[in-house]
Amino acid sequence: MHELSITQNILEIALDKAKEISASKVTRVNVVVGELSGAVGDSVQFYFDFLRKDTPAGDATIGFTPVPARLRCRHCHQEFRPEDIPWLCPACDSVSVEVIGGQELYVESIEVA
Amino acid sequence: MKVSVLKNVMGANEALAARNRELLDRSGVFAIDLMSSPGAGKTSLIIETVRALKDKLRIGIIEGDIASTIDSDRVRKEGVKVLQINVGAECSLDANMVGQGLAKLPLREFDLLFIENVGNLICPAEFTLGEHRRVVVLSLPEGDDKPVKYPLMFTKSDCVLLNKVDLAPHLEFNTVKVKTAIRGLNPGVKIFEISCKTGKGVREWCDWLVKERQGIAR
Repeated sequence: MHELSITQNILEIALDKAKEISASKVTRVNVVVGELSGAVGDSVQFYFDFLRKDTPAGDATIGFTPVPARLRCRHCHQEFRPEDIPWLCPACDSVSVEVIGGQELYVESIEVA
Repeated sequence: MKVSVLKNVMGANEALAARNRELLDRSGVFAIDLMSSPGAGKTSLIIETVRALKDKLRIGIIEGDIASTIDSDRVRKEGVKVLQINVGAECSLDANMVGQGLAKLPLREFDLLFIENVGNLICPAEFTLGEHRRVVVLSLPEGDDKPVKYPLMFTKSDCVLLNKVDLAPHLEFNTVKVKTAIRGLNPGVKIFEISCKTGKGVREWCDWLVKERQGIAR
């Protein structure tokens, strides 16, 4: 729901890096998006296509590497991927679980010309 | 040419939040990020807390809303300083908005600052503001499935207030089930059952607040 500010940050990080290495043009931005990060790829794509205009990333594409949610049961330490809510350990039915993956949201790399 | 970046997209928010936290610490202000669905009772909770603690602590308020000054008008009647932040299309306060708000407030005049976030159980969980504690209000009419449906909000909170417990006789709200779900996600969390209408549990909540504040080195 807050993809506009997320996308502004992504573009700023990409353009800052391009400037730092004196690249004149960004051709692609690669972003790692965890399933639990709160960012929706389609929505980021939409804002990216709008925001990139008139910047050194004007012709850039954006790519997403999704990271699935990973949970770990606090009782039996089973690691699992939640299929749905509720978050329930498939081995022992416990609801006592911690998030161990899927909250990532970072710019992995940029491609420059 | 591909160039590695590895930079957190929320990093800018986190850096600003750290700056807010420094400013709050320097000013001796203990700050609470108060979050919930719309209508769970955040503003009523602030009003009851102000009434209970105003002789002990100097309290300031930041009100975050999409639009209007309804909440700040309500709280101001209690004789406390309030700053309204209208976020427009944004779904949550972020560290930048709060930083700009802090700059407008006489922080040295406060011991405790409530930052009432936009009513939303999703997005505010993603933004740290520089607060010392995160408190979530869950009101009984919302249903006992909320921690299961919105797990992240509950994993990232220090205290959950089950509000409107006076309505329990009229609702099928399973308190044991909801507490099990919340503690499952967040074993260290403090949970209070309260009613801003009858005053039940407000004293216990205020005692916790005062104690937590004392735990922060001045």
